[in-house]
Amino acid sequence: MLLTWYLLVAVMLTGYVVFDGFDLGVGVLHLFIARTEEERQTLIRTIGPVWDGNEVWLLAGGGTLYFAFPLLYASGFSGFYLPLTMVLWLLIFRGIGVELRMHLDSPVWRSLFNLAFGGASFLLTIFYGAALGNVLRGVPLEHDGFFFLPLWTNWNVGPQPGILDWYTVIAGLVAVVALSLHGANYAALKTSGVLNLRARRVAAVLWPMLVLATGASLATTLLIRPGLLDNYRRIPALYAIPALVAVSLGAMWKFGRSGNEKGAFLASCSYLVWMLVGAAAAVYPNLLLSTTDPALNITVYNAHSGDYALSVGLIWWSFGMLLAVGYFVFVYRMFRGKIREEAGGHGY
Amino acid sequence: MNDALLLHRIHFAFTVTFHYLFPQLTMGLALLIVILKSLYLRTNNPLYNRSARFWARIFGINFVFGVVTGIPMEFQFGTNWAEFSRLTGGVIGQPLVMEGVFSFFLESAFLGLFLYGERRLGRIGHWWAAFAVFAGSWLSGFFIIVTDAWMQHPVAFLRAPGGMFQVTSFWGLLLNPWAQIQYAHNMCGAVITGVFVMAAVGAYYLLEGKFLEDGRAFLRVAVIVGAIACAVQIFPTGDIHGRYMALHQPATTAAMEGLFKTETGAPVVIIGQPDAESERISNPLMATGVLSFLIYGHTTAQVKGLNAFPKDDWPTNIPLLFYSYHIMAGLGTIFVAVMAAAAYLLWRGRLYSSRWMLMILLISLPFPYIANTAGWMTAENGRQPWLVYGLMRTTEGYSTHVNAGNGLFTLLGFMGLYALLAILFLFLVHRVIAQGPADEPAAEISSGKPVTVA
Ligand code: HDD
Ligand code: HEM
Ligand code: HEM
Repeated sequence: MLLTWYLLVAVMLTGYVVFDGFDLGVGVLHLFIARTEEERQTLIRTIGPVWDGNEVWLLAGGGTLYFAFPLLYASGFSGFYLPLTMVLWLLIFRGIGVELRMHLDSPVWRSLFNLAFGGASFLLTIFYGAALGNVLRGVPLEHDGFFFLPLWTNWNVGPQPGILDWYTVIAGLVAVVALSLHGANYAALKTSGVLNLRARRVAAVLWPMLVLATGASLATTLLIRPGLLDNYRRIPALYAIPALVAVSLGAMWKFGRSGNEKGAFLASCSYLVWMLVGAAAAVYPNLLLSTTDPALNITVYNAHSGDYALSVGLIWWSFGMLLAVGYFVFVYRMFRGKIREEAGGHGY
Repeated sequence: MNDALLLHRIHFAFTVTFHYLFPQLTMGLALLIVILKSLYLRTNNPLYNRSARFWARIFGINFVFGVVTGIPMEFQFGTNWAEFSRLTGGVIGQPLVMEGVFSFFLESAFLGLFLYGERRLGRIGHWWAAFAVFAGSWLSGFFIIVTDAWMQHPVAFLRAPGGMFQVTSFWGLLLNPWAQIQYAHNMCGAVITGVFVMAAVGAYYLLEGKFLEDGRAFLRVAVIVGAIACAVQIFPTGDIHGRYMALHQPATTAAMEGLFKTETGAPVVIIGQPDAESERISNPLMATGVLSFLIYGHTTAQVKGLNAFPKDDWPTNIPLLFYSYHIMAGLGTIFVAVMAAAAYLLWRGRLYSSRWMLMILLISLPFPYIANTAGWMTAENGRQPWLVYGLMRTTEGYSTHVNAGNGLFTLLGFMGLYALLAILFLFLVHRVIAQGPADEPAAEISSGKPVTVA
């Protein structure tokens, strides 16, 4: 049961990264690959109808976490108080930027909103990466299960780290590259003509950077937290996960070269999924690691909520998510295919 | 009270009050748009479809602001109220996740289709899209009310060793009687906001002498729905809510009414200023026996005053509670009068030419917002000093590891950001109203170019 809920939370957060990830990527990239207003409109139209639904994965994922592991929600959210609040501000800027830029036909207004949208997307990817980095590195949990992290201390990975240190900065960079590449693959899939060309070119440039970043993050993670390999040692089958990450990277490269846009995008989804699954498999049954004393770790065993809630929860939760997936399939089918560029065309 | 606690309270109160300015219009308009779309299907009169499109544009803008200010609310349970989350997550986590999976996914999926898919979906399909958006927003209101109602009136739980609350009955939690009453009253309040906004825009067009046909349609629909909603707001929903409160939160009722001492034949204070130090009402204007009558049905019943409860359990800010309650109830009475007068004139066929009535409808615009905010202030201040009524005090719930300096930092940040949002919102809605309804599909009006985003 606890493992099930652990997996469900992981599924939700992975869903968020895969779906909202390409919105964020497009958000970052639109500053670079769209040169004219028409191009930018086309590009933003690729995510217009879906970004809000994608963001709901974050809300539903956060809610699921809250419901299943209240202690983790309470400790994590209050401990990461400052960065989380900034994430909220950035989400506001991004939402306003993407939704309201069309409302005024003025270059100044548009540039401001483009900047809000692009800048917020960029910073959000860094924050998300750094957040994952913090979870893997651990935080200075106290005896009551809580902690509070400053934004930075001495940039070192010690017992009293900050949100940002050299390790989490690397994690943030991995996220920027991975999600930008994800966005580029999505943009290539949904556009044609010059935008498509530029998106693919960007993807080709970002790919080697991603390979490097992935390697670096793996190496540094094992350097600062060798214990994360324990589960892998116990269940060697888990080594399939890093292998799948590598396969996804390879596939992304191959499909990118052969112009198979759908393949490249799916490979990029699969890369993100396996990276996150790999992390989740390494951490379990811990939810939040302590930098000071492993006895203080927050685990699924000490953070979960009542048995009744969790068993009944499985029923309504599955039902609700089935409906949600149904809407997703419906909406994505309605908006399938490439965005047409002709003026006067109606929406999608 | 320490600084950190105070700041966390102000933080939550400020952000949720700002958030609720948007959903109340979302939920009210969602209903009105479904009504307009239904009228269109029945009468085939394109006027109603044009009206629905016009309101959909305002709805779309309003919705964005609701979404971006709503997300911080959900996070704040964890960031600012960590102890509360840790202890109650096993209960109120349930309605909060349900809100995400059952309503936010629904709304966000169909909003895009509703706003920009009219041609593709056809008449009936588009009606269903409007309906899905309506259902999503009303469901989301329901789940949040269930959450709040549990804090007001905890049901279906047990306390595990260590103090954690655990839910014991899925339906018991969702069908909390408090939630049902609160939901009826609150949704009706949202409809009131919707109708007053619609009526004000209609009145504005008629007074300015433009978009006359549309203005009349807005007024017609708004006044008819509004007359019903305003009446239902007081009776039965407000009335039952009040009596249920008196039963389950008697100290709150006493403070709301400014009743410091237990009395038989207790009065209703219509106007007055509670003086919490000397425990009496200054400059009172009261109606003797009425409070007893409202609660128990006869004028001589005994009503418990604040002196019947330990001072520790008194609501922490009695004057504010008293005023917010009186503002809500006072405005509610005025709304009934306004809508009744407008409905009478509509029936006699004189509404569209009666400039003074149109003027009144126009200037009424902000008051439903004030009434709804005051209503929530009553509910939330009335719950004090409890976070979970009778079980967990507000002093036990905040994030003790987040100090006052950090709380102030983010509070100021939100204030600045929300000031910006407020300006943007007013500016954009003003433009839509100035442009007025037009015959093209909504998606193509705003810039003459296809709209790119949903
Ligand atoms: C347009 C808005 C509006 C209007 C005109 C009224 N109310 Fe109201 N009231 C609300 C909007 C509202 C609300 C915002 O919807 C509240 C806050 C919490 C809730 O669920 O509903 C509420 C709560 C609320 C409560 C519960 C407070 C608590 O939980 O502590 C009572 C007893 C009443 N109302 C009673 C009345 C009466 C007797 C009214 C008329 C004379 C009235 N309301 C008009
Ligand atoms: C839009 C409607 C709402 C408004 C205007 C509102 C207003 C307020 C106000 C004014 C306070 C401060 C009370 C005080 O400290 O004296 C408060 C506190 C609080 N409210 Fe609400 N509230 C609303 C809805 C909700 C809902 C739906 C929930 C739960 C899901 C909720 C949960 C809380 C919590 C946790 C606090 C902080 C603890 C406290 O001070 O009691 N509120 N709210
Ligand atoms: C603590 C209290 C609250 C929390 C945690 C909260 C949470 C949220 C969130 C996360 C969203 C954005 C959804 C999206 O991305 O689509 C939202 C929007 C919404 N909220 Fe709230 N909310 C609170 C108070 C309220 C209250 C009191 C109501 C009404 C009774 C309400 C009704 C709505 C509605 C109808 C929407 C969708 C429409 C819109 O965005 O305007 N919320 N809320």
